[in-house]
Amino acid sequence: MKNLWISLKITLAMCLLLSVGYVLVLRGAAAVAGPNDGEADVVAYGGRIVGAANVGQQFTDVRYFWGRPSAVDYNGGGSGGSNKATTNPDYLAEVEQRIETFLAAHPYLTREEVPSEMVTASGSGLDPDISPRGAQVQVQRVAEARGLDAATVRNIVDSLTRKPWLGLFGTPKVNVLRLNVALETLQPNVTE
Amino acid sequence: MNTEILGVVLQWVLLVVLCYPLGRYMAKVYKGERTWLDFMAPVERLIYRLCGIDPSQEMDWKKFLKALLTVNLFWFFWGMVLLVCQGWLPLNPDGNPGQTPDLAFNTCISFMVNCNLQHYSGETGLSYFTQLFVIMLFQFVTAACGMAAMAGIMKALAAKSTKTIGNFWVFLTKSVTRILMPLSLVVGILLVINGTPMSFDGKQTLTTLEGSEQVISQGPTAAIVPIKQLGTNGGGYFGTNSSHPLENPNAFTNILECWSILILPMSMVFAFGFYTRRRKLAAWIFTVMLFAFTTGVVVSVWQEMNGNPHIDEMGVAQDLGSMEGKEIRIGSGASAMWGMVTTVTSNGSVNSMHDSQTPLSGMLQMLNMQINCWFGGVGVGWMNYFAFLIIAVFISGLMVGRTPEFLGKKVEAREMKIATLVVLMHPFLILVGTGIAAAVAAANPEIGWLNNPSFHGLSEMLYEYTSSAANNGSGFEGLADNTPFWNISTGIALIMGRYFPIVGQVAIAGLLASKKFVPESAGTLKTDTGTFSLMTFAVIIIVAALSFFPALALGPIADYLTI
Repeated sequence: MKNLWISLKITLAMCLLLSVGYVLVLRGAAAVAGPNDGEADVVAYGGRIVGAANVGQQFTDVRYFWGRPSAVDYNGGGSGGSNKATTNPDYLAEVEQRIETFLAAHPYLTREEVPSEMVTASGSGLDPDISPRGAQVQVQRVAEARGLDAATVRNIVDSLTRKPWLGLFGTPKVNVLRLNVALETLQPNVTE
Repeated sequence: MNTEILGVVLQWVLLVVLCYPLGRYMAKVYKGERTWLDFMAPVERLIYRLCGIDPSQEMDWKKFLKALLTVNLFWFFWGMVLLVCQGWLPLNPDGNPGQTPDLAFNTCISFMVNCNLQHYSGETGLSYFTQLFVIMLFQFVTAACGMAAMAGIMKALAAKSTKTIGNFWVFLTKSVTRILMPLSLVVGILLVINGTPMSFDGKQTLTTLEGSEQVISQGPTAAIVPIKQLGTNGGGYFGTNSSHPLENPNAFTNILECWSILILPMSMVFAFGFYTRRRKLAAWIFTVMLFAFTTGVVVSVWQEMNGNPHIDEMGVAQDLGSMEGKEIRIGSGASAMWGMVTTVTSNGSVNSMHDSQTPLSGMLQMLNMQINCWFGGVGVGWMNYFAFLIIAVFISGLMVGRTPEFLGKKVEAREMKIATLVVLMHPFLILVGTGIAAAVAAANPEIGWLNNPSFHGLSEMLYEYTSSAANNGSGFEGLADNTPFWNISTGIALIMGRYFPIVGQVAIAGLLASKKFVPESAGTLKTDTGTFSLMTFAVIIIVAALSFFPALALGPIADYLTI
């Protein structure tokens, strides 16, 4: 019985120390040092917020770079992967379908040039990035749709390609939303 | 050299280099020696005074376990009440409803046992209040509970002969104030700087560049992620855990979070060495664990970076490896590394979807959890290894005709019975559970549990029970597991998988401690040697292989062979 009494009191004490104290310290740190006062960082364009910097969003228009397939259609209120096994026949048929769709949208590509990450779904369904290759293969389509020089678009891709951490660890990446915002900034009103 | 592989190597090096000093620090904390965090002492004294704890009072192993089990029982009711009622409680800006009783039962058990199996999704299944006052609180205190048990065992094994093994409440409190909270603060601040949200506002609604509406879940994420990792808890703030870009924004945070998972279990091995002044034994235990862990990492990283052969057959460029269920900023190599780190410990957080990893990676993840002592959960992992040590001592004692002794204490029938029960309970829970589930699924093909057909379907069920019994909490998430059958049956596996070993291991240590100390002689079997370490390794592999190989052959191995 004495143990139960201590259990109650120590639980309350830990609530005070952790759920209140520790949490408030971090909340304070976020207000001081976080990129957006502790809320998800956002990207603005044309006087309005067009997305969270770190959360992928759906792009289907030919004038935009596209992100990776998402098992949850980029629903930022939830998140989720496909959880399909590498050997699942239905899944493999789905990937084949995506390859054909991708090739139809980019007729200048051969099958061997399609990066597999552009036809496989991400883990969170909210992957904000694509690989540099995934962006480069889309350059010609985007340039044609916008009536831009391919070299101009390629320059934008190159300037927004992020190297691995410290140039040494991890993967290079390109944030799709920032890439498309950069295109819009260069060429406002095309999609209005 | 490939930067993805460099990233994996860096994580490995950071772990191995830093666990030694941290282990020494932890031993000092539990011994009550001076450390640079002594400024926490007034906070601790205040907690003792408020709770009516006498820190100088020592407990024998039975009293120690009674306190441990009572507080756990109390936490169960605390969690149940708050989870069911969360819809009416404050800090619920998204208006999420209370959990159903069977889901609350599963959630509560799974966090209470430091497992964090999640049959709900954080964005919709919890309010901010329950995230902080149930989930995060449990992530701290249950990890501290495992560490306290470990501290008790260390104290028992360090003494020549003793009846008492320390004060449970003191160990619990110090684990939080001296180890878990300070480290969590450092990790949390680094996460906040890198863009992990930390606020109490509800979902953001915004219009995307293409003009459609998108809702962004956020909240006090940066408070929960550090302790989720450090406490080997693993329960993600968001449904997809650390593959979610807000929970794990970039390559740096990925390395930081992955490091946080394994650092305390690794340090615990050295803490044992420093505490009991048996550094050589600790170094050998560490070597065995590190060898097993690293082997898994090498195979899994190779498999994932190699890609899915079926996608190669389609003729596309698979340069980045198997990317289904993985994120670009993390990459296939670091995803494979994490998969191993999270399963050797009882962590269970994920940064990629394990269901979509290649069959051999899936098998290694299961095998890690089935063995459950390559570092293991904070405290409890070392304790699982301890049960195997006792068995290895006994078997080798019989083989070479010496009295089985461990740390100067005779190992006798009673300790052996407990150790054997502890070791066998694990396969029993996993295999019987999977067997029943497979029979139910086969008899009712319309039941719709499985997301994938054939061998991989069996793997999904095997993984779920393995993860539950090992208190891991990751899953082959394709499994439709939020049903009364899964909530209740895995809930039972969780309880048995947690308390049965803890009680058994503390009891063994307590029994050993109270025995007469036998000084080392020529007839003593030395346990701090390479030969004995190899022996322990063999015992572990044989027990695991004999129990789990048939099931693995029907699941991931068959999956691999038919790829």
